[in-house]
Order: sequence, then C-alpha cells, then structure tokens
Amino acid sequence: MQTTANTSRPRASVWTDPKVRAWLFQILAVIVVVALGWYLFDNTQTNLEKRGIISGFAFLNNSAGFGIAQHLIDYSESDTYGRVFVIGLLNTLLVSVIGIVGATILGFILGVARLSPNWLIGKLATVYIETFRNIPPLLQIFFWYFAVMLSLPGPRQSLEIGQAFFLNSRGLYMPAPSPTEAFVTFVGALVVAIIGAVLVARWSKKRFEATGKLFPVSLGAVPLLLGLPGLAVLLTGNPLQWSTPELTGFNFRGGWVMIPELIALTLALTIYTAAFIAENVRSGILAVSHGQTEAARSLGLPAGKTLRLVIIPQALRVIIPPLTSQYLNLAKNSSLAAGIGYPDMVSLFAGTVLNQTGQAIEVIAITMSVYLAISISISMLMNWYNKRIALIER
Amino acid sequence: MQVHTFKPDLPPPLLSVGVLGWLRANLFSSWFNTLLTLFAAYLVWLIVPPLLQWAFLDADWVGTTRADCTGDGACWVFVQQRFSQFMYGFYPTELRWRVDLTLWLAVIGAAPLFIPQMPRKAVYGLGFLVVYPLLAYWLLHGGFFGLSTVSTSQWGGLMLTLVIASVGIAGALPLGIVLALGRRSDMPAIRVICVTFIEFWRGVPLITVLFMSSVMLPLFLPEGLSFDKLMRALIGVILFQSAYIAEVVRGGLQAIPKGQYEAAAAMGLGYWRMMGLVILPQALKLVIPGIVNTFIALFKDTSLVIIIGLFDVLNSIKQATTDPAWLGMATEGYVFAALLFWIFCFGMSRYSMHLERKLDTGHKR
Repeated sequence: MQTTANTSRPRASVWTDPKVRAWLFQILAVIVVVALGWYLFDNTQTNLEKRGIISGFAFLNNSAGFGIAQHLIDYSESDTYGRVFVIGLLNTLLVSVIGIVGATILGFILGVARLSPNWLIGKLATVYIETFRNIPPLLQIFFWYFAVMLSLPGPRQSLEIGQAFFLNSRGLYMPAPSPTEAFVTFVGALVVAIIGAVLVARWSKKRFEATGKLFPVSLGAVPLLLGLPGLAVLLTGNPLQWSTPELTGFNFRGGWVMIPELIALTLALTIYTAAFIAENVRSGILAVSHGQTEAARSLGLPAGKTLRLVIIPQALRVIIPPLTSQYLNLAKNSSLAAGIGYPDMVSLFAGTVLNQTGQAIEVIAITMSVYLAISISISMLMNWYNKRIALIER
Repeated sequence: MQVHTFKPDLPPPLLSVGVLGWLRANLFSSWFNTLLTLFAAYLVWLIVPPLLQWAFLDADWVGTTRADCTGDGACWVFVQQRFSQFMYGFYPTELRWRVDLTLWLAVIGAAPLFIPQMPRKAVYGLGFLVVYPLLAYWLLHGGFFGLSTVSTSQWGGLMLTLVIASVGIAGALPLGIVLALGRRSDMPAIRVICVTFIEFWRGVPLITVLFMSSVMLPLFLPEGLSFDKLMRALIGVILFQSAYIAEVVRGGLQAIPKGQYEAAAAMGLGYWRMMGLVILPQALKLVIPGIVNTFIALFKDTSLVIIIGLFDVLNSIKQATTDPAWLGMATEGYVFAALLFWIFCFGMSRYSMHLERKLDTGHKR
C-alpha cells in the first residue's frame, strides 16, 4: 500500500515564524530608538553651535558670585559652581531627612489613631487624612510660606517659647549646642553603656532560649544607660554648652536658625506625606487577620507582647513596600522648594546656575541623575530591609 | 397545680444602651480611652471654633474693594472680585462663553457614558474621544471656521488646570498601555527599552521634567520648529505620567490568570488580537480605580506648571495675592485654592472607590 498523503509539514514562510518576527521586531525597535537618539543629539549639536554654547563640565570650576540663604558647609560668593551644587544637594537631603522622619512618626500615629476604637480619635484622624492628601503639596507649601511664615511678626516682636526658642518672620531661632572638654568622656561613657546594654539583651535572650526564664532587659539596660553618662556628667561637668539666640539690634545673634523656607517646606511635606503613610499603616494593620491576635492571646501573651511580637512584624511586611514609595515621593517632592526659593538642588542648581551659565544640558542632566541616584538608593535600602523582614516561605 | 408566670424582662442597664451606652462603648471604655477622648475634644475645641469664627462669623461677604473688609475674619470679597480671573485667567472676557461651552459639551457628551443601560457604549465612547478634542481645540484656541484665535499665553485659571490634566491623561493612557505591554513582552530588547523609559521618568521629580521640557526641548528640535510654552509643558506631563500609567496597567496585566493567555493562544489569536480582545479588556477593567488615582495625582501635579510660568489656578491666585490693592489676602486665596482642589480630588477619590466596589467581579479566589 502506498500513501499519497504528504507527511512533511507544509513549509511555512520564514515571515510567519514567531522567532524570526521577534528578532526583526527587536532590531527595528533598536534602530528606531538609536535613530531618534541620534536625531536629537544631532539637532542639539547644531543648536549649541549656533548659540555658541560650549558644552562640557568646565563651568563647575567657575566662580558663582551669588549669595545663598542657607548653606550647611562654608560658602562665600567667590566659591565655584561645583560647591554650589554640593550645597544644593545637602539642602535637598536635609529637607528629605527631616521630612521622612517627621512624616513616619506622624503617619504611624495617625494610622493607628484611625483604627482606634475611640470614635472621636478615629474621626479626627480620618478628617486629617482626607483633608491633607487631597490638597496639592505645592499649595500647602505656599500656604505655610506666604500665608503663615511671612505674616509672622518681625524679630522684635517674635513669639517666644521658653526664653530659648524665638519664632519670627525670619525663621525659628533656637539654642545651639557646642561641645566642651567634658564631651569626650561623656560620649565614651555613653558608648560603653550602649555596648553593655546590648550585651545584657543578648545574654537575656540566650538564657530565655536555653531555660525559658525571662530576665527583663530594661532592669539591666536602663541603669546602665542612665547611670554611666550621668556619672560622667557628675565627674567632669556639662558636656554641651548651649548658646541661646539673643536679640541684638534688629536681628538675633547666636544659636541655630531654621529659615522660613525650610520650616514651610518641611511642615508641608511632613503633613502631606503623613496622610499617605497613615493609610499605608492602616491597611498594613488591617491585613493581619484577627485570628493572629486571638491565637497570640490564647497562647497567653499579654496585649503589649501580642502587638510587639505578632501583629507589628506581620503588618510591617505589608507596610514597607508602599512606605518606600512614599519616601521616594517625599524626596522628589522636596524639589517643590523651587516654588518658594528654598536653596535646594532644583532652585539653586537647575534655576540660578542654569540661568547664569546657560549650560542647560549639563545642569539638567546632573540634576536628574542626582534624583535618580537618590531614588535608587532609597529603594535599594528599603528593598534590603524588606528582604530582611519578609516572611520566609517554603 | 402551681402556675409559673414569667415576670416581664428588666430593661437593660441604663448605661449600656442609647446615647449613654454608645458614649461609654466608644469614648469612655477605659481610663486610657477617656484620656484620649478628652485630649481629642480639647484639640477640636482648639481648632474648630476659631476656624468657624474666622471663615464664617467674622468674615466679610459683601463689597467690592479692600476697604469693605472691616471684620477680623476672612475677606471673601477678594475671592468674589477675582473669581473670574481664577477661573479663566487672561482669556478675553467677551470670549469666555467659548470656555463655558467647551465645559458644557464635555459634561453633556460624557453623560451617556455614565448611564449603565446605554447601548453601544464603547463605540460612542471612542467617537466622543475622537470628536471632542478637535471640537475643544477649535472652541478654546480658535483660528479657523470663524472663531478668532486666543493664543495659549492668554489661557489660565482653573480652565488651564483642567486642560493640562485632561490632555495629560488622554495622552498618557495610550502611551502607558503600550509601555506596559512592552515591559511584559518576551522580547528582551523591547523589554529593556520600556523598563529604562519607565524607571527613568519614575525616578525624577516632575519639576525637573518641566524644567527639561522648557529649556532642553528647544535644543532637541531642529531650527525653526518650536512649540509654545503650554505645548512643552504638556509633552513633559504626558511623558512623565505615561510611566506611572504603565506601572498601573502592568499591575492589571499581571492579575490576569495565565489560562486566559493560553486560551487565547489556543484559539489561534495572534499577539495583538489576544491583547486587544481578551487580555486588555479584562486588565483595564481591573485597573480603572488605579487610573483614576493616577489622574488625581496628575491633577494635583498640574499646580507645578507655576514653576515654568504658566498661569494655572494656583498661579492666578498667587498673582492676585500680590496685587497691591489686595495685600494680606494670602490666607483667603490659598484656602480658596485648597477648597477647589480638595473638592475635585475628594470627589474623584470617592468615585474611584465606588468604581472599585462596582467592578469587583471575577478573578477572586
């Protein structure tokens, strides 16, 4: 018997082969992207030539020649643009750090408050969250700066808080500490005390795991932490000297000052971001099923330990990822400083320096890479922490 | 035989029912709770009465000039006098009917989309999306078919805010969907391009994007080709927002069970048909609340165009507060702006929650 059927598969065209198509498509995409990039690059080159702008980073060594309202490191008008960049970066980091710390504390309090069985507290937290997260952060910054800070009285009529803090339209003046000779011994005592406390905690955990007997850590740690530094202060004297701000003429001298721009910016960003963090915290706590609480209580754990050993570790797993993106948002929102002229990265470098030098491409590229670097480092840090506390599943 | 008769039930203790019971359960259940309640009540007492006093009781409502504001409270006369500027910016007064008409057309045109029984909704919706932008451009900008030109430098106020937000979302949505598909693609080169694009825009603040589009875009384009300020801002906003939309859509794509892809492939559907007919309709339905939330974020972010000198609602208000004839009106102005933004954002967030409940079907196990 003879089969007439054709046993070999009909030869498909090369063009319908998915693999070939995928390759072609990718090559095409890469060509388009490269061509677009080259087109933009070429246009930029011609435009720069026509305008007589010399590209390169040499301008960073030129003298800046303008004053800056707040600098964490020494600065004078003859310093370079490179130094201006560092100052802007430090100011951005300062706002971000203050904002992150403040928003985390406020956000956790509000998140827990919203879940409180107390009706009034719950409603207050809800009103806060729904109000502040629906108002643009820039508007909140404007409000605190133009409507609140700038309408404060002048230095002579400043609002006093305990003879040491003065709030006026030029900022918040506060006492500044400076170390005395006794500072070294004090820090030494403190370090020894912390090491001792850690050792006590370790020993108590070891004993608990071996014998099941509890030793309250605070019984050993608190006397150590209070006693040793206290002893150092008694023996060698006050480790810190406080210089309080004093009104001389029309302004205050001495102490530290928080400029009004910084106050408005940190207040607004803290208040705004706290509302979002509160919602993350709330959903994290709600994500821990009630059975966990019941199980912990039936094992005999008291309420505090239930919270500390069972609920919070599980809630944190849920809270950390969205918390990371809130931190990122806050760091990026700190660039809104440009709206009120706080000397941060954007307003100082991408604003003033760009206008003075005209090196648009370099300045914007540097600014964007700084924000990218900040974003990536925050998310890497939080990913590392997230991995540490994540549930290890089989 | 002795007959047992039940005595009537005693009423529940007075302290566990009614107002007293509620108070005891919710406010004074323990000494700690009592303390919290007292603290919260003190806070409310500290904030609410002065606020009401300032905003309503002591406020001035009628008048035309600064001199009419005599009370200690808010001077709402300022907002009344400048209201049209806050809404339309510098749009010529006699042409403002065009802005109103555009808004009414949007409301009337979009209304059928919210009626559940409406037949052929998708066709109507697509048609609306194609026709309306052209109509809106003609009405707002003019310059042809008998309407005089109003250049975008005269646009402002709430109208500009709405234009930026709606053009931003309309442009970012298709781009975002393509990026999300690219990020989920099997082809490594496409994936790398899309991931780089998305992560770049998500890593930088919108301000630097706006700075870039205002100072660098003119350098990128060939000589002679230039956009006006609004167009540049819109390009920046669309690119920025598309990265966020892409991540939202990716969430939806990942939520679709693999069986759906396999079933579509087994039916012999190619990539685009599989996506267009099977995957995207399901995925987009899942992420509608997420898209609305992105839109809320975009709406709040539109206020940043102040940095590059566009007169959106916030900038109009800021300019009005610096008017020498109305000095010291900053609080009133910003409170009004806050109220305006709050109404929009709160309304949209409620709508997104409503959608989330309504669309919560399928894929739940």
